[in-house]
Amino acid sequence: MAGKTLFDKVWDAHVVDTVPNGPQVLYIDKHLIHEVTSPQAFSELEERGIPVARPNQIMATADHNTPTVDQHLPVRDVLSRNQLKQLTENCEKHGITLYGLGHKYNGIVHVMAPELGITQPGMTMVCGDSHTSTHGAFGTIAFGIGTSQVAQVFASQCLLLTKPKSLRVNVNGKLKPNVLPKDVILYVISKIGTNAGTGYFCEYAGNVFEEMSMEGRMTVCNMSIEMGARGGMIAPDQTTFDYVQGREFAPESAEWENKLAYWKTLPTDADAVFDKEYSFDAEDIEPMVTYGTNPGMGIKVTGNIPDKEDVNLEKALAYMNFKKGESLIDKPINYVFIGSCTNSRIEDFRIAADYVKGKQKAVNVNAWLVPGSQQVAKQLVEEGLDKVFTEAGFALRQPGCSACLAMNDDKIPEGEYCVSTSNRNFEGRQGQGARTILASPLMAAATAVAGKITDITKQLN
Amino acid sequence: MEKFIKLTDTAVPLPIENIDTDQIIPARFLKSTDKKGFGDNVFRDWRYDHEGNENKDFVLNDDTYNGSILVAGDNFGCGSSREHAAWAIGGYGFKVVISSFFADIFKGNALNNGILPIQVTPEYLKELLQTIKDKPDTKLTIDLENQILTSPAGDLEFEIDPYKKVCMINGYDDIDFLISKKEQIEAFEREKATV
Repeated sequence: MAGKTLFDKVWDAHVVDTVPNGPQVLYIDKHLIHEVTSPQAFSELEERGIPVARPNQIMATADHNTPTVDQHLPVRDVLSRNQLKQLTENCEKHGITLYGLGHKYNGIVHVMAPELGITQPGMTMVCGDSHTSTHGAFGTIAFGIGTSQVAQVFASQCLLLTKPKSLRVNVNGKLKPNVLPKDVILYVISKIGTNAGTGYFCEYAGNVFEEMSMEGRMTVCNMSIEMGARGGMIAPDQTTFDYVQGREFAPESAEWENKLAYWKTLPTDADAVFDKEYSFDAEDIEPMVTYGTNPGMGIKVTGNIPDKEDVNLEKALAYMNFKKGESLIDKPINYVFIGSCTNSRIEDFRIAADYVKGKQKAVNVNAWLVPGSQQVAKQLVEEGLDKVFTEAGFALRQPGCSACLAMNDDKIPEGEYCVSTSNRNFEGRQGQGARTILASPLMAAATAVAGKITDITKQLN
Repeated sequence: MEKFIKLTDTAVPLPIENIDTDQIIPARFLKSTDKKGFGDNVFRDWRYDHEGNENKDFVLNDDTYNGSILVAGDNFGCGSSREHAAWAIGGYGFKVVISSFFADIFKGNALNNGILPIQVTPEYLKELLQTIKDKPDTKLTIDLENQILTSPAGDLEFEIDPYKKVCMINGYDDIDFLISKKEQIEAFEREKATV
């Protein structure tokens, strides 16, 4: 019998029951919730008179619809304020821990849960947010769910699911200088497309991921959904264990030793077989930018937009106001956003600060920095990075999802380009008519300084 | 959840690929705390211009096409997990979405709201879209019991998870089923705690 994958091991350990010829009942260890996708689930339970089954396995934060300035003041937007109020009331009523606006642990759900040690290897985790795949960086089965499923987990701590197929993406070799984890995942998606992973759970393997920090791994796993995969995982190793140990909710002493021994058994067996597999050479990856309206429409910054007959390409380029075959280098850019659950952790800001130190942002650019959590914001100050950024003319804002989905007031104006470290360049994602170019924090910082897209491979090598 | 057994109706063609849930319902409309009213803003930024005027070129503003069946391009519903997309599609009055490929989360959300996603081959989709374009009053029939889609493009047997089919036909949802598993779930927890 063939060996088991990391995914098999974690999945199989959580199956409560199997419906004949149907789905399985999967136990969920941790359920993360936020203000936007939970209110209807709470209402559903209340209407049916069902209690929340395991409130101590749920953790709440406010992030999607929160302002990133003046968080100490009442939220101005009435609808947003009501949504936040409902989250607070629902958490109080059901005994759920909430790290709300202004709390020292508040932040984007996929930034704050790992940094608190809530995310641990071998767990099953869900959240009503498709970027829950981020937590797969720890060797966790983590995936986004709809609000009906949020209600199901509230009611039973379980979900009814059909086991997805397995996919492995291998990247081996030596990455070029200034190629960041964001470039690696944008490259992979540009090669395999936005639906190659649909129906699959992905494992990222190879020395490139083994050598990445936990924050880099989170950036990679975060974007698994952008190739259609419900989730993406990386085998837990010493890097993972070192990151988790000592955090607020990490296990301690004997419990730590027990868990550690179990976590070490999780990596995929050598003889395990995947339903689908892709392999790429690290040497082929360069800093990436997107030119279109889905994350698969990416090219090397030194490359040109494809020149081919394709209605989808034409529709995307009409929206972006780009031409087939052209390069993006020297395109003037007026907005830069460094933030989102993809790239708003301390390493992202260190990389950006290293580049901007002693430089000034271009006068035409509005450069927004939005840390992923209160803890990241605090660390920025402790490391003096806030000064580097403010001296360079960047606007440092308060934590939240912000301009990644532009649900709050952080919107990119119609027709403007934004080089963004977020995860989606869909039409209107960052504001009605806004044009998003996805890139790494380094590309974003370089764009802010130059006021246009620049070839950082030339500048820094 | 409303029951779904059989439906005969005309269809609305939307031959765009990779329609993401941000297009189905933009984030700025996600501030509501109930499930109602999202249909008014389905495909908002394709239906209306910045000033709120109807975009005459968009199919939902074209009286030629009507019906409770949406026929859309490949990889429908990709992107965000927002169930608001399913509420918007259902709220507008669509009961069935036909495409050559669905994103996972949207598919699950649709089924959990009594909306039937039907996956067809790319060739069938192309022919169906052409048929509707040529003859907008074409009626399609969806027989969930027998899993048959009938149209001038041919009779097609579509797939659906057998469990989900029972749920759709009877109007059940997963919550009732999961709560019925309470004892097994508690036994699982006890066993897990001792590992």
